[in-house]
Amino acid sequence: MAKVLMKGNEAIGAAAIQAGCKYFFGYPITPQSELPEYMARELPKVGGVFLQAESEIAAINMVYGAAGAGARVMTSSSSPGISLKQEGISYIAGAELPCLIVNIMRGGPGLGSIQPSQTDYFQATRGGGNGDYRLVVYAPANIQEMVDLIIEGFDVADQYRNPVMILGDGMIGQMMEPVEFKPPKRREIPEKDWATTGTGGKRKPNIINSLYIAAEDLEAHNIKLQAKYKKIKENEVRVESYNIEDADVVISAYGTTARIAKTAIAKLESEGYKVGLIRPITLWPYPYDEFKKINPNCKGILTVEMNTGQMVDDVKIAVEGKFPVHFYGRTGGMVPTPEAIIENVKKICGGEI
Amino acid sequence: MEERIVIAGFGGQGVMALGQLLTFAGMTEDKSVSWLPSYGPEMRGGTANCNVIISSEAVGSPVVTESTSVIVMNRPSLDKFEKTIKSGGKLFINSSLIDRKSTREDIEVYYIPANEIANDLGNSRVANMVMLGAFLEATNVVKKSTILEKAFTAVFGENRAHLLPINKEALEKGAEIVRG
Repeated sequence: MAKVLMKGNEAIGAAAIQAGCKYFFGYPITPQSELPEYMARELPKVGGVFLQAESEIAAINMVYGAAGAGARVMTSSSSPGISLKQEGISYIAGAELPCLIVNIMRGGPGLGSIQPSQTDYFQATRGGGNGDYRLVVYAPANIQEMVDLIIEGFDVADQYRNPVMILGDGMIGQMMEPVEFKPPKRREIPEKDWATTGTGGKRKPNIINSLYIAAEDLEAHNIKLQAKYKKIKENEVRVESYNIEDADVVISAYGTTARIAKTAIAKLESEGYKVGLIRPITLWPYPYDEFKKINPNCKGILTVEMNTGQMVDDVKIAVEGKFPVHFYGRTGGMVPTPEAIIENVKKICGGEI
Repeated sequence: MEERIVIAGFGGQGVMALGQLLTFAGMTEDKSVSWLPSYGPEMRGGTANCNVIISSEAVGSPVVTESTSVIVMNRPSLDKFEKTIKSGGKLFINSSLIDRKSTREDIEVYYIPANEIANDLGNSRVANMVMLGAFLEATNVVKKSTILEKAFTAVFGENRAHLLPINKEALEKGAEIVRG
C-alpha cells in the first residue's frame, strides 16, 4: 500500500480500525480530540460503535465491559483524562482484560496546559491506579512506528490478557508524517474462552472480577499476575540503540524527545563527538539490559525528557552506578532544543558536569 | 539536503494548508517529510504557524529551531521568526500586509505583494499560493508540477479541483516576482 500523509491522532484511529478494533469509548480533550473525531466518523462504517461517554470514568468502565465480553476495544485521552481513568485501568488489569489505552500527554500537574509533555511516565510505568499491576507501555517516536505498535499492541493485549498503553505527546498527535499501513505480522492469540458471551446453557458462567475477599486467594491471584509480568519482561522488551559501544556520551530519550536527540547527535558527530543513543520503545518492560552494552569508558549518560526527571530513575537503575547519570529536561509544554542537548553533551565531554 | 521551513501568518491566511501542500509534495517526491502545527490556545485572528521539514535523510526533530526558509504572511510573524533563519537562509515577506523591511543582512529576502496579486487575480484567498510560487522559484525544494498535479487535490479534496487554474496562476505570479 502507498504512503499517505496523516496527522498522528488520525493515524492512531486508522491503525486501530485496521487492527480490528470495533469499539471506542472516550471523552474529548486536547491534544487528542482528532482521534475520537476520526473514530466517530469511521467506526460506524466498519460496523463498529463510537460512543462519547459522559465522562472519562464512564468511558473506561465501558471499555472494561466491552473487554470483558471479549471485544477488541480502546479508549484515548490526554493526561488529566487518563488520571480520571486510573481506577478503571486498575480494575481492567486486575480482571486481566485486554484493551488499548492511548495517552497523548500534555503539561501537568492538574489541568496543566495543552502543549506536549512527557510528565506521565511515572503514572504509565508505575501504575497510576492502586495495586501491584503493570501495563505494557509503548512510546513511539514517529507516526509510522505508532501505527505499527497500535496494530501489534492489540495482539499483545490479547496474548497476555493485559491492558496496553500507547504513550505519545501532543507533538506526535498533532504532526503529520507519511505512513504506510502494512499487513501486520499476527501473533498466536489464544481463544477468549473467558469472555462473558453467554453460556448458551452449555457451560458455567464466566465471571469478570477484580475482587477477592480471601487474602489467600488474592495473594495467589497476584502471584499469577507477577508470573505473567515476568513473561512479558522476558519477551516484549523493545529498544532502539545507536553507537553505544563506542560512545563517549550516551543519550537516553524516548518518544518525540528521542528525535530531537537524534538531530543533536547528527550535529555533534559532524563536530567529531562520539555520542550514542538508547531509545526505549517499551517503557514497561524497560530495556535495562541494553545499558550493559555501553562503552565501559563512557563519560556519562544524559537523559532527556519533557518533564523534570522521571525515566532518569530507570536509567539509574539500569547503569547500576557504573556511569554518572545526568538529566536535561523542559516541562510545562516547552520542548527541548537540539542546541540545548548539544550544550549538555559538550559539558559532559569536557568534565564540566 | 534538508529544508527546515517555518510558515506563519494570521489564522485564515492558509499557512497550514501551504505547509501541507509542501509536505505532501515532498512525500510524493520520495523525500522524508514532517509537518508540525502550532496548536496553542489562540484568539480569533491570532497567529498560526507550522514547521515543515523536507529532507533526503530521516527527519529528526520535527520542531524547527534554526530555519533554512521562513514565509511570513503578517507583521507579528516577521517579528517572531526573522531571527530563526540561519545565515544564508531565505525570507519571504508578504509586503502587502507587512510594512517593514527585514533587518537581516546575512540572508536573502524576497518582498512579495501577495494580497495585491491575489486580489488582481480575483480571489484574495490565493495569497498563500503566490507566496508558495515565490518560495518554489527561489528554492526548488519541490516541483511546481507536483504541487499542482498531486498535492493540490490531496490536500484540498477533489471537489476543489475547479480552483486549480487560479491557483496555478497565483503560483506563476509569485515566481515572476522572484525572477524579477
